[in-house]
Amino acid sequence: MGDQHKPAAPDARDFLAVDTSLDAEEGSIRDTVRDFATRELLPHVADWFEAGTIPDPRGLAKAFGDLGVFGMHLEGYGCAGTSAVAYGLACRELEAVDSGLRSFVSVQGSLAMTAIHRYGSEEQKREWLPRMAAGEAIGCFGLTEPDSGSDPGSMRTRARRDGSDWILDGTKMWITNGSVADVAVVWATTEEGIRGFLVPAGTPGFSANVIHRKLSLRASITSELVLDGVRLPESARLPGAAGLGAPLSCLNEARYGIVWGVAGAARACYEAALEYAGTRVQFGRPIAAFQLTQRKIADMVVDVNSAALTALQIGRLKDAGACHHTQVSYGKFANVAAAQRVAGAARSIHGANGITLEYPVLRHLLNLETVATYEGTEEVHALSLGQAVTGIPAFR
Amino acid sequence: MGVQGGRPPAMNIVVLVKQVPDTATERKLNPADNTLDRASSDGVINELDEYAIEEALLLKEKHGGEVTILSAGPDQATDSIRKALSMGADKAIHLNDEALHGSDSLQTAYALAQALRTTEFDVVVLGSESTDARTGVVGAALAEYLGLPQLTLANKVDIDGGTIRIQRQTDDGYDVVEAQLPAVVSVVEKINEPRYPSFKLIMAAKKKPVTKLDAAGAEIDPAKVGLANATTETVDFAAAPPRAAGTVVKDEGTGGVQIADFLASKKFV
Repeated sequence: MGDQHKPAAPDARDFLAVDTSLDAEEGSIRDTVRDFATRELLPHVADWFEAGTIPDPRGLAKAFGDLGVFGMHLEGYGCAGTSAVAYGLACRELEAVDSGLRSFVSVQGSLAMTAIHRYGSEEQKREWLPRMAAGEAIGCFGLTEPDSGSDPGSMRTRARRDGSDWILDGTKMWITNGSVADVAVVWATTEEGIRGFLVPAGTPGFSANVIHRKLSLRASITSELVLDGVRLPESARLPGAAGLGAPLSCLNEARYGIVWGVAGAARACYEAALEYAGTRVQFGRPIAAFQLTQRKIADMVVDVNSAALTALQIGRLKDAGACHHTQVSYGKFANVAAAQRVAGAARSIHGANGITLEYPVLRHLLNLETVATYEGTEEVHALSLGQAVTGIPAFR
Repeated sequence: MGVQGGRPPAMNIVVLVKQVPDTATERKLNPADNTLDRASSDGVINELDEYAIEEALLLKEKHGGEVTILSAGPDQATDSIRKALSMGADKAIHLNDEALHGSDSLQTAYALAQALRTTEFDVVVLGSESTDARTGVVGAALAEYLGLPQLTLANKVDIDGGTIRIQRQTDDGYDVVEAQLPAVVSVVEKINEPRYPSFKLIMAAKKKPVTKLDAAGAEIDPAKVGLANATTETVDFAAAPPRAAGTVVKDEGTGGVQIADFLASKKFV
């Protein structure tokens, strides 16, 4: 064999050629989302972040719906029925633009639609899923409360029977898309245990207040939900959901999207830093020529590729029906931390420029503070992993 | 096919799709035979062909019927065919034969005309030029080979019964050009905004029929195609010269006029 058979040098942007195992559909979906995100989202995201909102959430939902990204790996009811890996790739390419945009998709598809798809009645599925898949109806998911985060079993929102109806009282907190949602999936304790309810917007006693003054996930709408004597018929209850396991299984789906998403955020920060280090000249040379910068870049390329491989492997396990929830915990634990390291290093390589919205790095770094907390904090996932490998639960 | 309520009969629309090297990557020629080195960069759908696909899909949405993709190219052109199907086309014909390698614009038009004879169509839509060779003559040559009217550089297409009417973009505005179907239409990028493939259609694309056609299947005369029989020849190629220094306009009261004159001389205004 001669030189012509020497493998080509790796692509700096995909050093381990992670995407070479994608099938044709997965590759098409990645390309489509990347193209859409680059042309339709990236030019606006810094403005949205600065404004602290998504100015046209209905328009964005429709565009996502036209693409088919909402509930894309669910079957039937207007959903595309892709592989879990394809869904992960979509999350990766969206979060390469901004964690807030991936959150929009996670809440709609992995939380609200999954809850209805998995635990809803046939009537509930037919009423909501096709419109939610098309982006014509927006959903949100109310589990967390002001005083109930990592310990959702301590929730105070209650549902009590009144004849054949239910009356709900309580407050939900940190609810993405709460104030723009057409339907809220709300979890409440009952005498029989935790149950889920579909609360349509406009139901008397139900209101949503936008949470302002966030320093993270600013290109996203976050709300508080207030339930004050909300009367619902029995047909609003999710008949398949019994106990805390139901909402936690939805969170596991959203977490799966995060495992992929943060690999995209990390990649975006790394690419920005690589570009900046190659063009920023100090002491007569590009700063990429300095050893301290190269060490940062080497650490970043390892973190970016490890995160991408971790996501892909967990996705392959999921498509094979062999993914345990602690493996998703592994992915969230490992990949969010990797993305935070990359975003921090990228911010430092950008110097003063790195603190502005002209560059994506601090925006990602700030977003990742939220991502590290929601759908299970780093501490909770560390404990989940610890229990999985030692067999000893350290949290109870 | 019956006409109901004034609605024109469903149409068979064929879109010509060419796979070209991604303009975002470095493109190379093969020094051995001066043809395009297709292995050196990723293949994508020629940009203007995406507008042609979109226009065909809009025509189908309006008039009913079927959109068929016709692409001549090597094995890797299947990627572009799949993307076209993911945008919503119904089926495809892939003309693929080593004998076609190195064919010039005229030969390509001949080969495409032969392939078109294997299917029924009312209208053929294509991009007005490709980003690689940029000859912009395939549509016209194809119409000649087929003996059909050609309506080129369309920025608007209307079909009413058996009549097709387009706006042909010109430097000063547009001409209205009309013909009877079947006809060949080439489009410019002002005509529409191509849609993104939807995931549902991406998932469905692999189930859509793609007819593989070789030169014999299309009754293409081997003596009329390929590099050896080409009517034109790429004699030589060279790297683009480095950019020359620009012209500096110093504003002494006439700067605006000088810039306007410069832009006019380059036909930008």
